[in-house]
Amino acid sequence: MTYGLGLFKGMLVTLRNFFRPVVTVQYPDRRVGIFYLAKKANISVIRFLLESPRESVKSLLGLVRVPVYVEQNPRFRGEEFTWYEDRCTGCASCAKYCPLGIIRIETHESGEYLQEGQSYFVDTFDIDIGRCMFCGICVEACPYDALFMGTGFERGRYQRSELVIPIEELKAASKRPSTWFRPQLESQKFDPWKSEADWETVGREAYKWHPKRPAQSGNPNQEDQVKE
Amino acid sequence: MSGSFLESNVIFQEIYCVLAGSKYAGESCSAQGLLPVGYDWIGFFIAGFAIMFILANAFMLGAAVFVYSERRLLGKFQLRTGPNRVGPFGLLQPIADILKLLMKEDIVPNGADKPVHTLAPIVMLAPAILVTAVIPFGSGYFLTDLNVGLLYIVAVSGMITIAIFMAGWSCNNRYALFGSMRGVAQLISYELPMVFSMVGILILTGSLSLIDVVNAQDIPFILVQPMAFVIFLIGTSAELNRTPFDIVEAESEIIAGYHTEYSGIKFALFQAAEMGSILVSGAVVATLFLKGWEGPFLPGPIWFLIKVYGFVFLMIWVRATLPRLRVDQVMGFAWKFLLPLSLVNIFVTGASVFILGDMENGVRVLDSVDLLLVGAINLLSLIACLVLAGFFMKTKASGGRSREILVSEFDPAGREVLT
Amino acid sequence: MKTEAITVNIGPQHPSTHGVFRLRVTFDGEVIQDVEAVFGYLHRGSEKLAEERTYTQVITLTDRLDYVASMTNNQAYVLACENLMDIEVPERGQYLRMIAAELQRIASHFVATGFLLQDLGAMATPLMYGFRERERILDMFEMLCGARITNTYMRIGGVFQDAPEEFWGSLRSFLDGMPGFLDEFDSLLRGNEILLARTKDIGVLEASEAINCSVTGPVLRSTGVAWDLRKVDPYELYPRIKFDIPIGTNGDNYDRFVIRLAEIRQSISIIDQCYEQIEAGPVRSTNELLFYPKTGDAYGKVEAPKGELGFYLVSDGGIAPYRCKIRSPSLINLTMIKDLLIGSKLSDMIVTLGSIDINMGEVDR
Repeated sequence: MTYGLGLFKGMLVTLRNFFRPVVTVQYPDRRVGIFYLAKKANISVIRFLLESPRESVKSLLGLVRVPVYVEQNPRFRGEEFTWYEDRCTGCASCAKYCPLGIIRIETHESGEYLQEGQSYFVDTFDIDIGRCMFCGICVEACPYDALFMGTGFERGRYQRSELVIPIEELKAASKRPSTWFRPQLESQKFDPWKSEADWETVGREAYKWHPKRPAQSGNPNQEDQVKE
Repeated sequence: MSGSFLESNVIFQEIYCVLAGSKYAGESCSAQGLLPVGYDWIGFFIAGFAIMFILANAFMLGAAVFVYSERRLLGKFQLRTGPNRVGPFGLLQPIADILKLLMKEDIVPNGADKPVHTLAPIVMLAPAILVTAVIPFGSGYFLTDLNVGLLYIVAVSGMITIAIFMAGWSCNNRYALFGSMRGVAQLISYELPMVFSMVGILILTGSLSLIDVVNAQDIPFILVQPMAFVIFLIGTSAELNRTPFDIVEAESEIIAGYHTEYSGIKFALFQAAEMGSILVSGAVVATLFLKGWEGPFLPGPIWFLIKVYGFVFLMIWVRATLPRLRVDQVMGFAWKFLLPLSLVNIFVTGASVFILGDMENGVRVLDSVDLLLVGAINLLSLIACLVLAGFFMKTKASGGRSREILVSEFDPAGREVLT
Repeated sequence: MKTEAITVNIGPQHPSTHGVFRLRVTFDGEVIQDVEAVFGYLHRGSEKLAEERTYTQVITLTDRLDYVASMTNNQAYVLACENLMDIEVPERGQYLRMIAAELQRIASHFVATGFLLQDLGAMATPLMYGFRERERILDMFEMLCGARITNTYMRIGGVFQDAPEEFWGSLRSFLDGMPGFLDEFDSLLRGNEILLARTKDIGVLEASEAINCSVTGPVLRSTGVAWDLRKVDPYELYPRIKFDIPIGTNGDNYDRFVIRLAEIRQSISIIDQCYEQIEAGPVRSTNELLFYPKTGDAYGKVEAPKGELGFYLVSDGGIAPYRCKIRSPSLINLTMIKDLLIGSKLSDMIVTLGSIDINMGEVDR
């Protein structure tokens, strides 16, 4: 065998890969060429050149950027946990099961319907995601399907204190729960990257009653409520 | 020397036209009354300086272009994009890099030999730029036509060895010491086969001047001297510290070799020298083996650039593919394989020229058919040498013992052998 | 001429020590006279942390041991817990675990070979090709469990949840595309004369020495010992799978490298068989997160990509392990580094270190 043949074969492999498409996904934006812009405007390249010369020259120079949205899998375990206040009873299972103990919950008794098996009111629900490792055990531990993993992954901050998610933010956040450990969402083919989910539909059982609000008259599930 | 110099050098003539405001008529400045008699040298000086200015800047710009193209092409080889953020298609990336390096702190390590430390990047950069002086970029595009051009290139580029040793020794760092020691050993070893591979060209052209070498190439010497081409390519890539011979700055072993401790603009100078050297070597390869600036349809300098960038692409391609050799293997390859090969090349070329050439005026002259025949003989002897080397290497490497075996059933008895 | 040996600190910050690992090396020229391995820079006290966490919570710690092979770490720990608590795992759960573990093995071997070539100076090209395929594995992991590196996929009594439907499609396409890619990878690397010259007969480990150092994994198999826990002491449903153990003959760097490539092929065939054999059913026998095992101890071990990974758990009947000892293959494979390195050259040291495939997260724990 000739000496150097293996090297030559290797060179051919790299050359073959040289002509393959690039696999890099650019984030948060990427440069686009004129073909992309013309296709987006749904006209031919020549018409695009004539109609918007400024944009065409910019794109030919490689200066046009379009943002890239990275869509993860529905099971993606992201930050900003989706929390349904309406479902939460303040049992603090999540805080207990958290391996790092980063969930802080303060509750007080509502007092009003406690005799009827009603829940606590949650005053504080802080998640320190600066220390969170997104294992999802808190979600697994939640017995009432009130806590879900989120979908966010862009939470760069300058201070660790800003990484604590307070209850106000949890309440205000858009409800895009990850389907992680929530088979009921998966069976609905729910995709958090496309739609939001209401508190009534995310649970293992479709609760018609509200744990914190008094049962209204004519509620078909009133009997269930009494049983619980 | 002035007469012939003026007649052949197009750039000089053009600069002269700008200076004198008239068309060049084969006379020097003083003959036209521009300068007093006896002060012709001022005209030469200004013109020469202008060409040097152009060359030095072209060198630096070429280095920047090389850095960009290397990063982009390596990225493409590795299915990445490479730099694409600064400016259109990332074209301004080298400029951003240079700005960053300019603004960085220039650190001289404690215990370093400061004058040598400072001098090393300059000593590194100077020879790389100096080599450009004798390279013809087109018909009549050159700074000077030395009649010892080849020798000049070899001599000047030999100075890089000193720079590497200065850099490695002065900064009082052990990685740098490793790098410089490796570098000195490697560069000196590879200079020999490289120079010997040029001897075949000397036999064919009979001149050391690079312009004569180009003019002598009726057929590109890559076809006449394939063995010399291979040796020269390998030698060049070793001289340039490129893979698979980049033991001098093997980043996975000795961080960055001799320039571990350099930062800021000194580091930039090292990088410029290295990257520019690759372009310069490409120019030398193009001149010696690829018929220089000559080619159909396009003007000479453009052909020249195309050939240089062909070499550059090859270098990047090799870098994207091949792993690095070990230091003793690098040395062994130079002394045990390349040097004998280059001697074989000299012998084969000399013998075939002696046999095929027709004696005319005391010089052996070969026509195109003869040249191709010489090339064929050369190629055959190269292949024979490679097969021979393959045979030796195969019998040497681990005696054919190493192979993988697939064991499908666990056999407890097999353990007995090993205890 | 007066010469002097010089001592160089390779690391803790060095491109090729695969983490924060320090080798204090005495060189005579380029030849190594003495090596002293210093580790512990990445010590996080995983064993101690495990003593203060419930059995389920410790799974999250195991992800971070060998962070390029989290699945096998999970598996080893979960097996130890199941041994401790006598928990049966449904078949589908075991198959899912095996698929995940074998995928992880492929990913880890790609990292190992890629970084070995990177250490050899191949400018990350094989690394990038390997990473392109590894990326598909990580995407599948994300489908399975929502995370790519720190999976926390397995639970005591199975896996946390069944695989989504789209997982099977992408697994199939991955398995179909893999042999072609491996052939290309082979033609890039196997015949490469430089690679052969750099790795053959370098860092030779004798089988007896390997056994005496209790080295496991591809490093042991390269010496010619067919010791693979999946065959020798099968766990999960490996007895139902037909596969081969690739062993080397020389115990040199080349064998270690080649065996990893051969194991990738075996892993693909294992996953293929799992894909054929898996049937619908439960994936988890218990949904409990808290366990109170009876007093006792248990050892769980798997053939991790780097060798035998074992967890030794001692229970005092409480909610958390009383003691959790991790037998990490990287650390134990690293113990014979001195014997391998002395007398070799600086460049070979880097390659040998790369071919052992250590992971500092696991060495220091």
